[in-house]
Amino acid sequence: MTAPQESESAPSRSRIDIAGALKDAVVAALVAFGLFSLMLGLLSQGGPRGALTVTTRPGLLFSAVAVVFVGRLLVALIARNHLTLDFRRFFPAGLGHVSEILERYAGAALMLFALATPLLFYSNRYLLDLGILVLTYVMLGWGLNIVVGLAGLLDLGYVAFYAVGAYSYALLAQYFGLSFWICLPLAGILAAFWGILLGFPVLRLRGDYLAIVTLAFGEIIKMVLVNWASFTGGPNGIPGVPRPSFFGIPFTDTPQGFAATFGLEFTPTHRVVFLYYVILALALLTNFVTIRLRRLPIGRAWEALREDEIACRSLGINTTNTKLTAFAIGAMFGGFAGSFFATRQGFISPESFVFMESALVLAIVVLGGMGSQLGVAVAALAMIGGFEFFRQFEQFRMLVFGTAMVAIMVWRPRGLVATRTPSVFLKEKKIIPAVIIEEARQ
Amino acid sequence: MSKTNGETILNVQDLTMRFGGLVAVDELSFIARRGEITALIGPNGAGKTTVFNCITGFYRPSNGRIKISHESGTEFFLEKLPEFKIAARARVARTFQNIRLFAGMTALENLLVAQHNKLMVASGFTLLGIFGWPSYLSAERAAMERARFWLDRVGLLERADDPAGALAYGAQRRLEIARALCTEPALLCLDEPAAGLNPRETSELNKLLLGICRESSISILLIEHHMRVVMEISDHIVVLDYGKKIADGPPSLIHKDPKVIAAYLGVDEGEVA
Repeated sequence: MTAPQESESAPSRSRIDIAGALKDAVVAALVAFGLFSLMLGLLSQGGPRGALTVTTRPGLLFSAVAVVFVGRLLVALIARNHLTLDFRRFFPAGLGHVSEILERYAGAALMLFALATPLLFYSNRYLLDLGILVLTYVMLGWGLNIVVGLAGLLDLGYVAFYAVGAYSYALLAQYFGLSFWICLPLAGILAAFWGILLGFPVLRLRGDYLAIVTLAFGEIIKMVLVNWASFTGGPNGIPGVPRPSFFGIPFTDTPQGFAATFGLEFTPTHRVVFLYYVILALALLTNFVTIRLRRLPIGRAWEALREDEIACRSLGINTTNTKLTAFAIGAMFGGFAGSFFATRQGFISPESFVFMESALVLAIVVLGGMGSQLGVAVAALAMIGGFEFFRQFEQFRMLVFGTAMVAIMVWRPRGLVATRTPSVFLKEKKIIPAVIIEEARQ
Repeated sequence: MSKTNGETILNVQDLTMRFGGLVAVDELSFIARRGEITALIGPNGAGKTTVFNCITGFYRPSNGRIKISHESGTEFFLEKLPEFKIAARARVARTFQNIRLFAGMTALENLLVAQHNKLMVASGFTLLGIFGWPSYLSAERAAMERARFWLDRVGLLERADDPAGALAYGAQRRLEIARALCTEPALLCLDEPAAGLNPRETSELNKLLLGICRESSISILLIEHHMRVVMEISDHIVVLDYGKKIADGPPSLIHKDPKVIAAYLGVDEGEVA
């Protein structure tokens, strides 16, 4: 807003440049006056008979200008006199150390907490549902982490595979009456198949171009779901998706139901707890497979691909196949999560698979620190949990969310866990600091 | 030394590379012999790196043939292969003028990535590896052993677990050579390996390259500006200027060749000394 007042060469550091700061503040106050005189100074209201009346509010106007003046004066004093409030200086160093400790123990602690949640909050249906939601996003985050974090392929259409998984289960159940446990692997395979299908034409693209094509793919899938009404139910979606059974025993209040079979009193919580453990198991499977893959040649090739594609080709790595496997495996986990989503909701429609979902999952991966499993889990917990936590402040939710994102990107530009753990070592495992990774990817 | 030394390993015939109207390489023909160090020299912009990119498949030549003959008798026409097959099947490895390491990965990981194809097969294309199949584990151990061998050879064994990006410039150059060697090449193409090295590092590099060539019977093709490197270690020199070959022969003849001196004069006199 203000005319930038560049301090001509650094003034002597000892003397405080008050005149310059004052000039800055006056300019800012003038601009603020110009802007606010109409926005705040004048108020037009409909009178009792509909006529507009204009009231002036000098008090409000001048207090706003005063706030700008004082604020700018402080900022200018700090900036011009190198009294830098450099958050980066004390935050990353401190947090870097903390994140090392976190890496060691937080994973195990989180894991124990996740296992114990249904027992601790057995009577709290709301928290259990929230737990299921968080775990779904943890799984999606880990799935996308393979594509974005490890292979370095920016995918903005991940929700497409989530949708493929969900619709695979819903449609297979509707047309062929297949059960959840048969459809789950099929949904994963179908999603992987779509991943390969998408992968083929976009393999030569990188960065921004790839992002655009994957974004389009996400929208195409949604459009097909909306418009192919005879098959997918169109915008009305598919109601009555079968609920999961306890390996064949339904969660119903019947003599054949789960409660009766195990001699328990019937309560709907049984199903919720069961769903919780299903998604926990699926998420842990994703995590386990990712950790194993990272130590295999394919995982190392993904990371190498992210670092330097040309060098990969000079070493005889078929980059096409390598990218395709990353896409396919990432998509497969998205498909698993999708079919879980379908069975949990019992109803799916294209409305659930909008771009916002892709953006949210990508934000989780980026905030968590690309390539870090723990970071992604923490980010999913913070974002989805935080979203729910601020639900009562409905209007300010996005504001808080945006501010938190900006704050994290300022203090931890490479995400919560920015370091990298080597996949093999000869003598000693040395954590690779964020600085080197940052340099490597520029 | 193998008995097939001295045979032609690389045969470049009428290689032409045009970029629009610019002819970067003009009907170049030369041969490189097995077990020898062949140097490709010439003033800046003579087309040396373009020749390299054609040989290693990063450019598709406009015209001409590039044939590599292995000891087993197998032959490959490199102008027809995609670059990853040139490294994997025709066994031509290369380094880059501006170092291209995987900077965020450790030196050891860099060398394991170079053994990707072999390890992929051993891991049953991931399917067996994910369950920790014993045959994969032994293949991985062998790969680690090979990596350790080459790290030791280039004097970086102590730095094996450090990220490649944290190594000093000279060490990065050596690591890139080690990485190329881990692909088990028949022909190693080095693009200015001595660029940016100090005199001590340069003489170490000379020793290393001679050692690789003589002991491991890997043929070397190198681009170099440092005349000390070129004259000391090459068996055979090809001189390029404006995309054309102006001289071809052993170092003793090349450095007296009037055409070579003329090409270098006015560009950089010191370099032909």
